[in-house]
Amino acid sequence: MREPALIRMLPDGRRMHLHDGPIDLIVEANGAPQAVSAAYEAATRRFVSILDELCGELPLLRQAARKNSERPRRVVARRMFAAVEPYCEDCFITPMAAVAGAVAEEILETMTAAADLDRAYVNNGGDIALHLDERQSYKIGMVERPDRPSLFGSLEITAMDSVRGIATSGWRGRSFSLGIADAVTVLASCAAAADAAATVIANAVNLPNHLGITRAPARDISPDSDLGELLVTRDVGLLTQVEIDAALENGVRVATLLRERGLIYSAALCLQKCVRVLSSFCAKSERDRSDGFPKPSAPRLHAQLELSGRTNPHA
Amino acid sequence: MADVFPPDTVRCDACPVLCYIKRGHAGACDRYANVEGQLVRVDPHILLDRAKSQGTPLVPFLERQGDWDGKIMKGQETFVTAIGAGTTYPDYKPAPFIVSSEVEGVDMVTVVTEGIFSYCGVKLKIDTDRHLGPERNLVRAQGEPVGHVTTAEYGSQMLSLGGVHHLTGGSKSEGRVTCETLLDLCNGKEVELTIDEGAGVRVAAGKPPVVNGQREERMRVGCGSATIGMFAKQWFGKVDDVVVVDDHITGVLSEHQAGKLLGVRETGIVIQGRRSTPGRYFQVAEPGIGWGGTNISDPLTILKPFKPKFAWPHLRLLMVSTTGEQFAYYELDETLRPVEKELPEALKESVGRIRENCEPALTTVLFMGGAGGSLRAGVTENPVKLTDSVKRKLTRVTCGGAPAYIWPGGGITFMVDVTRMPENAFGYVPTPALVAPIEFTLKQDDYAALGGHVDFVRPLGDVLKEKERQRQLSSHGQNPWPLKPHTGSSES
Repeated sequence: MREPALIRMLPDGRRMHLHDGPIDLIVEANGAPQAVSAAYEAATRRFVSILDELCGELPLLRQAARKNSERPRRVVARRMFAAVEPYCEDCFITPMAAVAGAVAEEILETMTAAADLDRAYVNNGGDIALHLDERQSYKIGMVERPDRPSLFGSLEITAMDSVRGIATSGWRGRSFSLGIADAVTVLASCAAAADAAATVIANAVNLPNHLGITRAPARDISPDSDLGELLVTRDVGLLTQVEIDAALENGVRVATLLRERGLIYSAALCLQKCVRVLSSFCAKSERDRSDGFPKPSAPRLHAQLELSGRTNPHA
Repeated sequence: MADVFPPDTVRCDACPVLCYIKRGHAGACDRYANVEGQLVRVDPHILLDRAKSQGTPLVPFLERQGDWDGKIMKGQETFVTAIGAGTTYPDYKPAPFIVSSEVEGVDMVTVVTEGIFSYCGVKLKIDTDRHLGPERNLVRAQGEPVGHVTTAEYGSQMLSLGGVHHLTGGSKSEGRVTCETLLDLCNGKEVELTIDEGAGVRVAAGKPPVVNGQREERMRVGCGSATIGMFAKQWFGKVDDVVVVDDHITGVLSEHQAGKLLGVRETGIVIQGRRSTPGRYFQVAEPGIGWGGTNISDPLTILKPFKPKFAWPHLRLLMVSTTGEQFAYYELDETLRPVEKELPEALKESVGRIRENCEPALTTVLFMGGAGGSLRAGVTENPVKLTDSVKRKLTRVTCGGAPAYIWPGGGITFMVDVTRMPENAFGYVPTPALVAPIEFTLKQDDYAALGGHVDFVRPLGDVLKEKERQRQLSSHGQNPWPLKPHTGSSES
């Protein structure tokens, strides 16, 4: 039986929770009270039809994106396709890789179109669309294990940065990953782009044929998964430092390439407590066991990774 | 496509995604899952449900449809646990849920909160006679010290893990690994531990321990001497002598009081080790993971040559370990040397019976923690009064609905069997410290009298209306119902 979408204010009276099927959004807007309520109203009105729209085109969205693929019709689905299109000649990717970011982006744009807001975010399970007016900023915390949430770093995004989308992907998350990264957090110009890129980079953090990694065909776990028979990561045993470095290096190589192509601004990659940060993040996480990244001379992004509650045992 | 899916795949119709969900998995939303072929809703905040029959721990999806009229479960049949209730720490605020319900004509109040425990740990009872490591030696997880070997108990080795010194007194990674280890053990997951100068074990609550890669099957029925006493009659006449090899007390039938009483003839057997009383020997070998918790793999190594004055050719000797898992049968040749032979039919039964009498070896995990002042302040304005009320048994303490044993003396220090708590009842904060559910149940009058936050008391019906974040489970069959008034003196 179709459950209706849930719309409610969280107990703090500031944030709104929108939930429909697999979509869970936490929304917050700051600004004049009338503007905030207008934005929330617009968001809820848009939200209630999103899932049905997406499901109307689900078979198409679950197919690998190709240059000559049939284009989806609805607006969120088109955002998804546009976000994965840059990758479609290099790897297997379906528009579903950007679904969370695209939904967040759509709701955020609806809100900013309806009212003048100082700042706002739409957080779709860690894939976040941001709006920042002049001199506004957001502090973002990064978590590598959703089952044991603790920050592995945090960063601040200001209006000066071009970052308006943040996404995190990893095998411990809700969606399947072909890689072994605990978390890859990506900063990009919009949430759908960040979502697709995080998926691609997290897939690249990998050690092919490593016996300590348990993989299973996606369809064995979830019969209608868009990943079909592809092997998805189910468990990762303890890796040696050499293996961790090698796997992270594979991811960093892809992330660097994506940055050169202008698809992302930056990325932080986390595997078994080791963190690699693309240099524009400007500071290293305390947990980084390696010393491989030069400090950039002129950081494009004002971002600071703070010390987390835990530290590196080798420090 | 649908027809190729296994028969126990369900199709969820809670939203238009219409996920196919395989048995044991959840759909894309993580809210609905296929449990034993049934579509069920799986959300946090657990309510224990007394009325539900056993074996259906989750409420079937369809029962949630329509307006729930409260008739299926009357108020007193549902107990709100603290799992997922959240915590107000470190603020001295009323606990997240203070719930009232009427039980047998008395208004009962349950204060539920998730306590943050820096002072906490687990006591592990590992049913094995194998030597896991010297007493007081460090127990490690991922190379970090997380606890130590403590006093062994009858048939079991005991480890004490966690505690404030490992959690916050050592290096950060020691604290983090300790916290992870405790969390996994409390949530029923398997954990790998190594003991300095000892064994490596894999343990999980309620499961047989695995020592150095070998799964423990059985606990011994008694020490070697006790085993002689129990089985002497069954051996009499079928064999001339029996040695029950045990790291603690090795028993010898012909010398043992039980053998003497039956008139078993002296055999001239001589055992290595320190004789305690006739037929009972300490220290026949070093502790280890061989026969009966010793380090021996060939039992003949504990025998000295048979004395010709007493022994005779063709003397029949059975050697067996305290669990019956190892055994060997010998007959002496003309030179009085033992020669291994196949175990005669007549003896198979007794060896089998030793094994049969050895209970399944398990690992038990007791969580132990102390409710600090700020947690108690969430219950009452005057925290010491809660301690007093618990001591006087006016207030019952449960963890996720499971009974807690409260230590006598000061404070509220409690122990609870984690297997009697709902799944994944524990969490953690990066402090590092464990988050465990704790509920205090008492009469409404008593609650007011001890300075409780009576203004924050909500009727059970109100709490139940917030179905969004709740999950209803049936109560653990062996747990006394938390709201039932105290009858005996102690219940743990």
